[in-house]
Amino acid sequence: MADNDHSEEPTPYIEAIVTYISYVLLAVFGHIRDFLRNKGFEANMIATEPDRTKSFVPLYQNFESFFTRNLYRRIRDCWNRPITTCPGAEFEVMDRDSPDYGWTFRYPGSTTRAVNFGSYNYLGFAESSGYCADAAVAATEMYGCGVGSSRTEVGSLNIHTQLERAMAEYLGTEDAIVFPMGFATNALNMAALVGKGCCILSDELNHSSLVLGSRLTGATIKIFKHNNPADLEAKLREAIVYGQARTRRPFTKILIVVEGVYSMEGSIVRLPEIIALKKRYQAYLYLDEAHSIGALGTSGRGVVDYYGCDPRDVDVLMGTFTKSFGGAGGYIAGSSRLVRHVRQSSHSAIYGASMPAPVAAQILTALNILLGRAGPPDEGKRRLRQLSVNAQYMRARLHQLGLIVYGDRDSPVVPFMIFMPGKVAAFARLSLAHGLGIVVVGYPATPIIEARARICLSAAHSLDMIDRSVQVIDKLSRLLRIRYSRRQPPDWTRDRTRAWAEAQLAEFSRPLAPTHVASSANGVALIGA
Amino acid sequence: MLIFVADADVSWEFSDLIEAIYSAPTYHLVFEGCLILFIVGLLFQHSFLPSKRRGGSGDRLSKAEEDQLIAEWQPEPLVSGDPADEALLASYQRCATSQVGRSVTYSDGRTLVNFATGNFLDFIGEARIRDRALASLRHYGVGSCGPRGFYGTMDVHLHLEEQLAKFYGCEEAVLYSYGFSTIASAIPSYAKRHDIIFADERCCFAIQQGLEASRSKIIRFRHNDTAHLEELLQRQAEHDRRNPKKARVTRKFIVVEGLYVNCGDICPLGELVKLKYKYKVRLFVEESASLGTLGATGRGICEEAGVSVQDVDLIAAGIENALATQGGFVVGTKYVVDHQRLSGLGYCFSASLPPMLAAAASEALTMVDEMRGERTARLKSVSDRLHQRLLAELDNLWSVEGAPMSPIKHLRLHRCTGENSLPALEAACAAAADAGLLLTVARYVAQDLGQPAQPSIRLSVNCNHSDSEIGSLLDFLKSYATGLAKK
Repeated sequence: MADNDHSEEPTPYIEAIVTYISYVLLAVFGHIRDFLRNKGFEANMIATEPDRTKSFVPLYQNFESFFTRNLYRRIRDCWNRPITTCPGAEFEVMDRDSPDYGWTFRYPGSTTRAVNFGSYNYLGFAESSGYCADAAVAATEMYGCGVGSSRTEVGSLNIHTQLERAMAEYLGTEDAIVFPMGFATNALNMAALVGKGCCILSDELNHSSLVLGSRLTGATIKIFKHNNPADLEAKLREAIVYGQARTRRPFTKILIVVEGVYSMEGSIVRLPEIIALKKRYQAYLYLDEAHSIGALGTSGRGVVDYYGCDPRDVDVLMGTFTKSFGGAGGYIAGSSRLVRHVRQSSHSAIYGASMPAPVAAQILTALNILLGRAGPPDEGKRRLRQLSVNAQYMRARLHQLGLIVYGDRDSPVVPFMIFMPGKVAAFARLSLAHGLGIVVVGYPATPIIEARARICLSAAHSLDMIDRSVQVIDKLSRLLRIRYSRRQPPDWTRDRTRAWAEAQLAEFSRPLAPTHVASSANGVALIGA
Repeated sequence: MLIFVADADVSWEFSDLIEAIYSAPTYHLVFEGCLILFIVGLLFQHSFLPSKRRGGSGDRLSKAEEDQLIAEWQPEPLVSGDPADEALLASYQRCATSQVGRSVTYSDGRTLVNFATGNFLDFIGEARIRDRALASLRHYGVGSCGPRGFYGTMDVHLHLEEQLAKFYGCEEAVLYSYGFSTIASAIPSYAKRHDIIFADERCCFAIQQGLEASRSKIIRFRHNDTAHLEELLQRQAEHDRRNPKKARVTRKFIVVEGLYVNCGDICPLGELVKLKYKYKVRLFVEESASLGTLGATGRGICEEAGVSVQDVDLIAAGIENALATQGGFVVGTKYVVDHQRLSGLGYCFSASLPPMLAAAASEALTMVDEMRGERTARLKSVSDRLHQRLLAELDNLWSVEGAPMSPIKHLRLHRCTGENSLPALEAACAAAADAGLLLTVARYVAQDLGQPAQPSIRLSVNCNHSDSEIGSLLDFLKSYATGLAKK
């Protein structure tokens, strides 16, 4: 049982008011500029309807694009930053400048080296050399890059079956099925489980793939407050007692949909309480472990392992391979009955092409390393420990700086609040200039006044990188005055010092450099063809 | 900051207040009095909040009553015990141990000639593509570890998008990481709840998912029947004339495929473009099967039909067939396509395409460009030859659906031969494997509205299929059907 301290300081009033005022000002200026553009006083750089279709009904409402034109466009250099290297612990970001305030970009051709806190690389498997890369090379040589057919036609490869078996073993379930795209795993497979006449209880902050998947099922969707078992219980009782809204019939099934780690909040789902509720009310549980598989738990088996729960208590275990395994795609695991049903009715398995072999090989090798079957001894354990230590250490240092940091102590996603749009842009630009690649997020991914910066830790980061980065954040946070926290840092941050971190990692004294294995014969052995 | 400058010298005495009330005009006082009474009345009215009006009589159930209802409630099992579809499940176990190119090897050692996958231009196994992918792998690793917005954009993605835009002669291209999600995300980012979409009734399931996600009104027209489409458009135009205000904000779209995967037909793009301008309806074309297979240089249905690519609002395609890797793209004018970068769900909220696969696609596209349609022409001629031979030699044994030059053909057992059921076709495919041929039935989910009434075997032709390979296919089909007919 983990003692996870949850931190969520509410938005201070002054900051909230100032943020609202900033948006109002931006909107006023936006309207003025739109007026000037429409009347021809200012050059209109917006892409307009081609002449051939000018008499058609306009494709976009003017208001829809107001936000994009006047707010997002001005600071859009903070997002979609192209990189030119592997998204490992450090990367090279392509430099670009905009001569016209965000309408177009110029690429001078130079790059900036930065520490990568933006990519989802929790266990550091995004490597261009080493065991995983060698296995991927072998798979490419053997199978090529694509298959051109779905799993239910002729697109099944040997490596898919191996991967599914390994995944089921890793998670402790009876069976698993893998898909080539994580987003599609949610969006296309929920319809196979629930339909009209069912009820879906979805967390407020669920990912858009879960929202889309839920909508496509045709079931009734009810939202409960983020990570709030009391509210979930109230909604469950209401759903069972009062049934469907208009026909008054009872629901045929109730499915609770939650995520393991919420990527914008950094919070970990309160799984034991939700499992208890699910059992009491005979509901089913769909757990999306996109950000928690491989990243939480002593053996990296996700949030179920973190809390020591029984994987059989979660009806549908879903996750993605993009984050902790350095690959792409997703999986659904559970009882063999469930997986057999998904195999027969999944839209993705019937229509979509199957996972390319190199991706499957990468994931399978990463899994084998975590299970201790490949790579140097204890490599899996070492990566898991490094991630856990990095996450706690970084989080403690940021708390001590006085920033408002959201999320649970053990979560590898560390968001801290910035609130004001101007500061968001300034932080994004300054941090890159100082060699930090941090992601900033604003509306519409977050509520409008809760813009934040988000750090994703990786097992590839060293403690020195973290120390250097915290120094930079220290400087910038003072400059931009984003140390909004009015509370004392939580108690647990007091012992998470550099000494503590080094002690935790002492048993794995090797540095985390990927062991390069030159022969592809080794790779073939790993994929067991 | 003071916005209103208050006059601090004037003090408003209580006596002045009373005097103001006396000296106000009567109508003013009456009006104010009524307003106050109204507000007081509102405060005391009972609430119309739905949460407070449940239970019919307005009384909520007691906790004991609720507990009893909860104890009595019996949910269905999460997955019903539907019977195992053994043939379908068997396809998961039939695992290739070699690349799935023009021939495929299986774990039992058999090598089969592949007539079942969308490897139309025979790019699987092409050394150039493989080498480029490996070079990329050694530079970028496998995964991109993030969505496009958060450092998941690599220079290979930007390069591929530019290359795609240039290949089609369009302004902009947007890259997706999965073929199915491409059109399924593209449609709902433009079409919203009160819009109208005219879709061909045999559209593939990915399009149907996009239509459903858009929540627009869907009007299906008979497959490739432009007369029927015109009739429906005409009806809609009359409806619009009666409600001009609503019509001004209702967007209308036509969604078709270049080459229909479910039928093997080619859409009449020229006539559709005429209808587009006549009735002011936007045209979206899905080109997963027509990329590389239609057009003089493989540039798809627009080139084939002689239509300018500017006349099509949006072209979406998966690159999992001809370009032999994973992913998809949307191409068109900047005005239309750029919108996806912020509102295409499968673009914004999904990890980007692994860079090595983007590099492989880029190399494949370069090859298509360099070949100037050589393989496309070869593919068309092989498909046509196969079609002619099927008609000539097997006319009473199998029926063929599809255009002569289409690389996708659907085969069904002729009624003289026997019942054209799914198990019968699956048995035929199993027998084909014994004869050294890889065939597959076309698979659909139950809710697919575009599926045919009759099941079929989907044949996919490869541009490098030799005459002898085609010969052996025809021999097998003839002998198998003859054997069935005798029974």
